[in-house]
Amino acid sequence: MNAIIDFFKGVGDYLATAFDKTFIREARYMMFLDGLKNTLIIALCATILGVAIGALIAMVKTVHKQSGKLKLLNAICEAYTTIIRGTPVVVQLLIMYFIVFANSTRPVLVGIIGFGINSGAYVAEIMRAGINAVDIGQTEAGRSLGLSHGVTMRSIVLPQAIKNVLPAIGNEFISLLKETSVIGFLGVIDLTKAAQRVISRTADPYFPYIAIALVYLGVVCILNYFVTKLEKRLAKSDRT
Amino acid sequence: MTELETMQTNETVAPSDVIIETRDLHKSFVKGKMVLDGIDCTIRRGEQVVVIGPSGGGKSTFLRCLNMLETPTSGQILVNGEDITAKGVDLDKVRAKMGMVFQHFNLFPHFTVLKNITFAPVTLKLQTPEEAEENAMRLLRRIGLEEKAEAYPSQLSGGQKQRIAIVRALAMNPEIMLFDEPTSALDPEMVGEVLDVMKELAKDNMTMVVVTHEMGFAREVADRILFIDQGHILEQGTPEEFFNNPQQPRTKEFLAKVL
Ligand SMILES: Nc1ncnc2c1ncn2[C@@H]1O[C@H](COP(=O)(O)OP(=O)(O)O)[C@@H](O)[C@H]1O
Ligand SMILES: [Mg+2]
Repeated sequence: MNAIIDFFKGVGDYLATAFDKTFIREARYMMFLDGLKNTLIIALCATILGVAIGALIAMVKTVHKQSGKLKLLNAICEAYTTIIRGTPVVVQLLIMYFIVFANSTRPVLVGIIGFGINSGAYVAEIMRAGINAVDIGQTEAGRSLGLSHGVTMRSIVLPQAIKNVLPAIGNEFISLLKETSVIGFLGVIDLTKAAQRVISRTADPYFPYIAIALVYLGVVCILNYFVTKLEKRLAKSDRT
Repeated sequence: MTELETMQTNETVAPSDVIIETRDLHKSFVKGKMVLDGIDCTIRRGEQVVVIGPSGGGKSTFLRCLNMLETPTSGQILVNGEDITAKGVDLDKVRAKMGMVFQHFNLFPHFTVLKNITFAPVTLKLQTPEEAEENAMRLLRRIGLEEKAEAYPSQLSGGQKQRIAIVRALAMNPEIMLFDEPTSALDPEMVGEVLDVMKELAKDNMTMVVVTHEMGFAREVADRILFIDQGHILEQGTPEEFFNNPQQPRTKEFLAKVL
């Protein structure tokens, strides 16, 4: 009996000291908070950039398919998606950081651009599906009013497509949030890197790694909750 | 227009009275199967042409060729004398003068009723926002829906949607209006209100080409009826001639079914 009590006391003591030296001492929780902030900023900005790039590519591809126009642009978009989807994101980031933006002192920005460019190639497919899901009658109505292909796409079709794919974009944000955990090697202090830096001082890997896993999980669960809610609301507004 | 007047205009037709002329119009979607198989047709200013025929006969395709929503496989379409099938024609400009009303309304669901109506004329800089709004409100008053200006399409009944869709096309001040089965997707009790708006237009001498299965409307409004079957204009004439004295066996067969 005493042995069991001692065991739990031991665990309790360990957790208390580990918590103390991981978060409290030297106000180390600030490192985690700053890390989380960077993680969220990079994921959010990269998602926005990805949606912009993805929408552009999807529009070019759709216009090309419908009218045969924009041959050159379409070829560029094809090349872009092939290259981005055919290479690892870490390699893309390395190329960004050490070649394209060599000597950059703003690794967060490089991370945003790198992940945004990567995400764009995937969002393009999401957007294309979203555009295809918009009734072709919308395009026909726009064109029959004398609106150009571009205006019809931008003002009539795309807003409806984005609404269709908002949940999917939410999911893309969630994936990016997790994917950005490799960004540390660019010198960005994100949530994962923050944990590593704390470990380098406390020499105790268990507590910080488990702790940030729980933070990631918590954030993802919260985001998932909102995406699901959004999905339900969109489904409802489609019915009325 | 009385029959006599129609005949007179037929004989003394000046080129400027013709809005649309199709010459040997062909369209196929898959090789070897002609959906339109040589359509020659002239539509005059102020004329109301009703197109009828069995399903799959090519009526929609014919109508959609008139504003180049479908690209003809061969043949010519002259709009005010200009061949719009030629390369380099500014189709947006041509279409701006041709209103089209669809079976499924195709209102823009993310715009209010007012914006549905004003978006194209304002975007194309044909009207200032103020002019467009004034124009839209005047048209909405005419169909008794001015209180719906700020509503979204999802808040309207089918009949209201279609009337708004007609107004949206009218807001461009078109020279001609094309209707593709405008009442086919409506609940029966809403057909009348849409047909009434179309009758009003006809009274105002709007040039109209209407694909419909509403034989009462055709009889009442049409100057001329085109019977399209298997990609051909099989028969045409005034409602009188067409309904009372059809010539072709296929026409007789069709009329026996629908009347
Ligand atoms: N986009 C298309 N692709 C392939 N076939 C089509 C297309 N549009 C129409 N068709 C075919 O053309 C024929 C005529 O269609 P349509 O003009 O819609 O007839 P209607 O309006 O008289 O019912 C039908 O056999 C239809 O299947
Ligand atoms: Mg049809």
